[in-house]
Amino acid sequence: MQVRTLFFAGYRDALGTGSLEVDLPEGTTVGELVLRLRSRGAPFDRLPAVPAVAVNRTLVRGDARLVSGDEIAFLPPVAGG
Amino acid sequence: MSAAPSERPFANIVDGPIDPSALLARVGDAGDGAVLLFLGTVRDHADGRSVSGLHYEAYREMAAEVLRAIAVEAAERLGTDRVAVVHRVGELAIGDVSVAIAVSSPHRAQAYEASRYVIEEIKQRLPVWKREIYLEGDASWVRGHDLTVEPAGVPPAAPAGRATRAR
Repeated sequence: MQVRTLFFAGYRDALGTGSLEVDLPEGTTVGELVLRLRSRGAPFDRLPAVPAVAVNRTLVRGDARLVSGDEIAFLPPVAGG
Repeated sequence: MSAAPSERPFANIVDGPIDPSALLARVGDAGDGAVLLFLGTVRDHADGRSVSGLHYEAYREMAAEVLRAIAVEAAERLGTDRVAVVHRVGELAIGDVSVAIAVSSPHRAQAYEASRYVIEEIKQRLPVWKREIYLEGDASWVRGHDLTVEPAGVPPAAPAGRATRAR
């Protein structure tokens, strides 16, 4: 299945890209996606081991299961206001 | 811009300058004795360094949803639908308004509490990031608040020591 990942602010700067299409086995969890990305090595190992992640604009835990077409956003600590 | 009741509470993410008067026009009621406007503005210093401007970035679609949720929560907690909030993104100069919150209610205590609730929740939850551009020409992302997952359906607890909780 294919999902779309988004990277914002410092994460985007660190990775050099704001979005990435990723192919995953069915049933992959958010935590497994983070592991897969980080295991690609530099620069993906600059993502935190347990980042804040939103799936389809809702914050989820690492055990959340992904489905094809999900939009997965990696969210650095926020600084609005 | 009219302040149609159907648009209350009101929340929006914008790219251009914020008009506080237009925001004020979205609140107010014949039964209200207090109208409160909060403006967050860009200051010229941070941690001892001179700042020449800020760049705000948002996860636009999610930020719009979260800002609306915050406005609705403020309205529910306070029993008033007269809450309006706008957050600006993009390049801002010193003195520019980055966030504006207008609230009205029968009595001032409710208005102050609602306004404070909105700005504190923005700082905790809104997926917006701020890059400081310094006078020397370099820039850095401001270290912010870690986002945490709240159990579904449970409003976020107020941090201990928040100054405006009703007594």
